[in-house]
Amino acid sequence: MAMDRRAFLRATTLVGGGMLLGLYGSAPSLTDASAAPEPDPAAAPQQGGGQRPQQQGPPPLSPHAFIRIAPDGTVTIMARSPEVGQGVKTMLPMLIAEELDIDWKAVRIEQADLDSKYGVQFAGGSFATPSSWEPLRRVGATARHLLIAAAAQTWGVPEAECTTEPGRVLHRASNRSLGYGELAAKAAELPLPDPAQVRFKDPKDYTIIGHAKPGVDVRDIVTGKAVYGIDMELPGMLHAVYHKCPVFGGKIVSANLDEIKALPGVRHVFTLEGAEVTGNVLPGDPGLEAGIAIVADTWWAAHSARQKLKVTWDEGRWAQQSSEEFARRARELSGQAPARTLISMGDPDAALKSAAKVVEASYSYPFIAHAPLEPQNCTAHFHDGRMEIWTTSQTPGSGRGMVARALNIPEENITLHLLRAGGGFGRRLTNDYMVEAAAIAKTVGVPVKLLWTREDDMAHDYYRPGGFQYLSAGLDASGNLVAWRNHFISYGEGERFASSAAMQPGEFPARYVPNFALHASVMPLGLRTGALRAPGSNAYAFVIQSFLDELAHAAGKDPVAFRRELLAATPVAAPGGGGGRGGLNPARMRAVLDLVVEKSGWDARRKALPKGTGLGVAFHYSHQGYFAQVAEVSVNAEKAVRVHKVWVAGDVGSHIINPVAAESMVHGSVIDGLSELMAQEITLEKGRVVQTNYHEHRMVSLAQAPPVIEVHFLKSDNPPTGLGEPALPPILPAVGNALFAATGQRVRDLPLAKHGYTWA
Amino acid sequence: MAYKLTVNGRPATVEAPADMPLLWALRDVLHLHGTKYGCGIGMCGACTVHLNGEPARSCQVTIADAANASVVTIEGLSPDGTHPLQMAWQEVDVPQCGYCQAGQIMSAAALLKKTPRPTDAQIDEALDGNLCRCGTYLSIRRAIHKAAEAAAAGQKG
Ligand code: FES
Ligand code: FES
Repeated sequence: MAMDRRAFLRATTLVGGGMLLGLYGSAPSLTDASAAPEPDPAAAPQQGGGQRPQQQGPPPLSPHAFIRIAPDGTVTIMARSPEVGQGVKTMLPMLIAEELDIDWKAVRIEQADLDSKYGVQFAGGSFATPSSWEPLRRVGATARHLLIAAAAQTWGVPEAECTTEPGRVLHRASNRSLGYGELAAKAAELPLPDPAQVRFKDPKDYTIIGHAKPGVDVRDIVTGKAVYGIDMELPGMLHAVYHKCPVFGGKIVSANLDEIKALPGVRHVFTLEGAEVTGNVLPGDPGLEAGIAIVADTWWAAHSARQKLKVTWDEGRWAQQSSEEFARRARELSGQAPARTLISMGDPDAALKSAAKVVEASYSYPFIAHAPLEPQNCTAHFHDGRMEIWTTSQTPGSGRGMVARALNIPEENITLHLLRAGGGFGRRLTNDYMVEAAAIAKTVGVPVKLLWTREDDMAHDYYRPGGFQYLSAGLDASGNLVAWRNHFISYGEGERFASSAAMQPGEFPARYVPNFALHASVMPLGLRTGALRAPGSNAYAFVIQSFLDELAHAAGKDPVAFRRELLAATPVAAPGGGGGRGGLNPARMRAVLDLVVEKSGWDARRKALPKGTGLGVAFHYSHQGYFAQVAEVSVNAEKAVRVHKVWVAGDVGSHIINPVAAESMVHGSVIDGLSELMAQEITLEKGRVVQTNYHEHRMVSLAQAPPVIEVHFLKSDNPPTGLGEPALPPILPAVGNALFAATGQRVRDLPLAKHGYTWA
Repeated sequence: MAYKLTVNGRPATVEAPADMPLLWALRDVLHLHGTKYGCGIGMCGACTVHLNGEPARSCQVTIADAANASVVTIEGLSPDGTHPLQMAWQEVDVPQCGYCQAGQIMSAAALLKKTPRPTDAQIDEALDGNLCRCGTYLSIRRAIHKAAEAAAAGQKG
């Protein structure tokens, strides 16, 4: 879609006609400005649930920033967070609209730019719901309060006598009413109320929250009109590609730049120097990497010219890395004393010695790429000392900071517009492509869109870290789990883990086994790693819940019964409090386990299964969400696997804000997890990533997906929490355990394809 | 070179090198951004259009090969965005990120043209090359059945 630049700005800024309840600056002290920091992209998603930056402290967000009411009653609500497919552009405005008391059909939604008046603008860590549930409902309730106050003043009646119905304030006693549009001008003049006075709806009166609302962009999507990052166009815009060394940290020695400059359509060719990275583990978002920018009239011209590039690289110190060597080194480390102990409770070594039965197993999982369907891209325009950026970043605030530091532009001179993203999954938590686009734009001085190829994306991701776990567990004579010891081998240096490569000491079953130890050793890594949807959990749930299954088998117990016994143990206090995923509440977990057992008919079904078909169960707690899953899986002699049905039970609190999107999110989590389980693996040879495109890093297709995924939410008396991630981790072990039930074969080393499995 | 073709029922001229994929001609020369780039190697289906009535991966067709052809993109699937698939997609609320959905719909539209009441197996076969990274497959299948039913009911009525 060709877009006139000014039209675009008009459409995405708040300045414009009819803005009545939108006089920001009218109460500057009441915006939460810098007081609500964006969660640290590297740390936040990794911490799982309990340790998020809390919204306590900052004053409430101002409704003036979020709501615009025109004289005709049209209500526009700003969607504050980046939309990457998780549905927040619909879901967050629903919270405001509910408390404002307005007919959802009368609401227009606009995507907000990056601005501190919106508070947290971040997409990750299943953070949108917990960070917005109270603050955004408060925005709506405060606006409603102001509209009631304006009506009461107009009529000279007490506010307490006034109520609302969608879009109108009523005074029943005198049978009068005024529309929000008629009251907005007056409401905008009133001081914001004391937060304590603002009243929220009784949840039983909700008409929007808990009711299915289709995505606000769905019509634009199905007609091809939705504007994604890749669709951004500005007058006079040029197209860029950026060629980097296939080995991280490589530097350009020489290149045939003059030859490239002469190619058709090419306007600029230049090299950019990368930020210096030292140490044996890379920082979360290391900044600009060295590379060659080719800027041309069309992307195809730039891309074609790139094929003619001849570059001599100094590949640097990571050029000998390989996956094979990592695996060899991990085996070696597993035979040595661990470098350090992350947690130890009781006396695991002694308990293992005296146990009636000891089970040992080693598990491993590979690096994985995010590979969202829309390749990385960013549009930037540098003019008059100011940088303007159009981006799909999940962490726009961090991106702006990184651009400011890398290019020496004050943050206040950098404007960010947020565009719809074709998937995130954590890939867009880092802003490497943003800083590249900005650096190129600063050099060429005209608008420029940088677009990576799929191959660039696969070779330059922030990969889900692979890892190795060497486990020993002890059972007593009655088959109770009495000891658990894990030597976790990951990537890092000294006490530092690579990004997303740590394991939380309190991770289940830490507090449920009397003798428990988690030891760790690390290996240096010259590869960027980061958070992939349900970071940590997406690998650790597979290890923990598969090993628990092995133990149930060794104890001669039903996998469900064994897990129930474990959850019934009184959790011992963990040193350090067991925060994050260690904060698992056993009663909530037990409840979802019971629910999934009931819905799947576990006992009866297990007995009735034909040969070659198995039922597997698993649960996991992450991002404050409780999920248990059962999978029915068959496998034939050729190792062709079919997942016939998956039952999911989840507890993410008291409300499922948008049920249609929630169910879809759970389906997607299950299918995503199946892709990771079966086929996805990034390997390194000679320091470079071997896989180049989707044919070598496969995702599940329509025909391979389970035909039925049954989703059951258990509504508990807890504040609502996020759903982007916690439904994913249990599917990997649930299917792995079902495969074991079907065949007696246990796969401990992912992905399954490495062991000859395929989808049926 | 200048290539003439028909795009969404209207004549179009594309000034481009012969090897430019139709995908990039549509996106960067004709400014039709509904057709998406996902892989560039025919693996994902995000770039699916109709080429002379048949579904085609526009990243695998050069503009020279598309010369004189009739191309339909998501923007031209129906004059007012009311193709039964477009309606069903909204009703079911199929998209998550939505990036694959133009390709999904174009593949589904080609299927329904030939097979107005497809079975699950026929849907699986026709759409197996259209990947959805967000995993909306079950909604896609449901929406195709809904669209087929609606189209059948519409014809009877
Ligand atoms: S972009 Fe053409 S098939 Fe993926
Ligand atoms: S909806 Fe995101 S790729 Fe299909």
